[in-house]
Amino acid sequence: MAYVSVEGIARRFAQPGGGVQTVFEDVHFGVAKGEFVCLIGHSGCGKTTILNILAGLDHTDSGVVVVGGKEAAGPSLDRAVIFQGHALMPWMTVRDNIAFAVSSRWRDWDKAKIAAQCQRYIDLVGLTGAERKKPAMLSGGMKQRVGIARALSIEPKMLLMDEPFSALDALTRGTLQEEVLRICAATQQTVFMITHDVDEAILLADRIVLMTNGPQAKIAEIVVNTLPRERTRHDVHKHPHYYRIRNHIVDFLVERSRAFNSNVPADWNPKNPPEVRPGLMEPPVRPVPPDGGSLRAAG
Amino acid sequence: MLGSLRARQTLLSLLLLAVFLGGWQIAATPTAGPGGPALDPEYAALLGQAAQQGKQTPMPTPVDVGVKIWEHLQAPFAVRGTNDKGIGIQLAYSLGRVLMGYLIAAAIAIPLGFAIGMSPLIYGALNPFIQVLRPISPLAWMPLALYTIKDSATSSIFVIFICSIWPMLINTAFGVASVRKEWLNVARTLEVPPLRTALRVILPAAAPTIMTGMRISIGIAWLVIVAAEMLVGGTGIGYFVWNEWNNLSIANIVTAILVIGLVGMLLDQILGAVTKLVTYQE
Repeated sequence: MAYVSVEGIARRFAQPGGGVQTVFEDVHFGVAKGEFVCLIGHSGCGKTTILNILAGLDHTDSGVVVVGGKEAAGPSLDRAVIFQGHALMPWMTVRDNIAFAVSSRWRDWDKAKIAAQCQRYIDLVGLTGAERKKPAMLSGGMKQRVGIARALSIEPKMLLMDEPFSALDALTRGTLQEEVLRICAATQQTVFMITHDVDEAILLADRIVLMTNGPQAKIAEIVVNTLPRERTRHDVHKHPHYYRIRNHIVDFLVERSRAFNSNVPADWNPKNPPEVRPGLMEPPVRPVPPDGGSLRAAG
Repeated sequence: MLGSLRARQTLLSLLLLAVFLGGWQIAATPTAGPGGPALDPEYAALLGQAAQQGKQTPMPTPVDVGVKIWEHLQAPFAVRGTNDKGIGIQLAYSLGRVLMGYLIAAAIAIPLGFAIGMSPLIYGALNPFIQVLRPISPLAWMPLALYTIKDSATSSIFVIFICSIWPMLINTAFGVASVRKEWLNVARTLEVPPLRTALRVILPAAAPTIMTGMRISIGIAWLVIVAAEMLVGGTGIGYFVWNEWNNLSIANIVTAILVIGLVGMLLDQILGAVTKLVTYQE
């Protein structure tokens, strides 16, 4: 049974001129223990809203989220969030930012124990030596490392990441992606991540949830990443499955994400969106893009 | 060479001061002239020496004021009678009233500002009262305060309280209301209890805005105390100024004006230093 089970959630907003806009509805998917799931879709399909609902920061208008057999209503220390804008407290040093989380998790810990736990995660994300710096003195990549350390330091059962690398330059992004991959593999971390970067999703995820455009966004299908789990940013694209998966997702984002709502397949069931394995299919008719560069979804 | 900008600024400041003092000295030096219009001898006898000379009380020169300041510095805390206390004692009275009224105002404005900033309900309910009460000149409260409190010293503390509460209240409410949503979300995902969120997240996040309000308030309080003490009399630097006006001791008045300015600057700089301490760079 899945650790996280999203069961028919919907989110609706009242429109200024009256009437109700449905951002998404009847969304079902699950995240198994130790699994890394990416949600990919264009801006405005409600990706961040889904993540906020999982984090307990937003509510659903119908449906429930079940985590570890219990309904998740409200935030929990079991689900740590890595925010898009790192969300560090600028008046606290690197260590104090992490210590704030650690002391919230274990309220009875003494100073030495808290300091040791902070140091462990500062070292883990490679920030040794920057403990006493304020966030304003750090680069974007280092700030996000603090955000990651803060989330991991409370030893959550699950990590929720909201486009954590989207504000970083390409080089920093690549390095951090690999570190997240390494850390999550080492700790068997369960992760749910929002992204609009196809390459990032293929590098990191075990399964990639494809969402159609909003309003009335739906989960069109779930792509199973058939690449071996030990992958690095340098050799992942050499695997024969890589471009099959990548082309499948890009095709979806460019065309099908828009057209899906007006042309829903007859056998499509929102309660059980189809799982596809494009990596195992024969090479597509479409030629591989010659540049092989980073193709990202709009937004 | 004139060196750094700082050195040139200081030089120019000193130059301006010298020009000002020089001009004052020249303008205030009494000119030896004819005795002026003749006066009725009885009126002259009544008014004493000044009228006999046919002149007004002379404007003191900077040198006169300097001598006066030196005299005050000799015995700032001397008590020579009910109406002749040293300028240091008068200052201490004024500062005591300002700090008392200011601290009471802070003790009410900061928690109340927190409540207003965090609750749209309280904000909406209190806003009309704040909007009406805020523009009232603090001195307009004085008769009402004297009537209800029946004590002049407490009344002036009340006037300080009422004038310094508004900037602190409004700035605290604004600072608390504009704390970044993501910081609050961090606290929520960490299941931080409300009081700890208020103290560890909201207070430091809003501290620079709150301190700005406190700095505005102390400035207003120091402006108002002089006027309040002129009204209620008895003690304080404002009373000192008014008393010396009745004594026609212009040199004492000029001394007091200088002291009021210096103390006001000092108060502002202390609050400015604290503001700098809590300001964070994003």
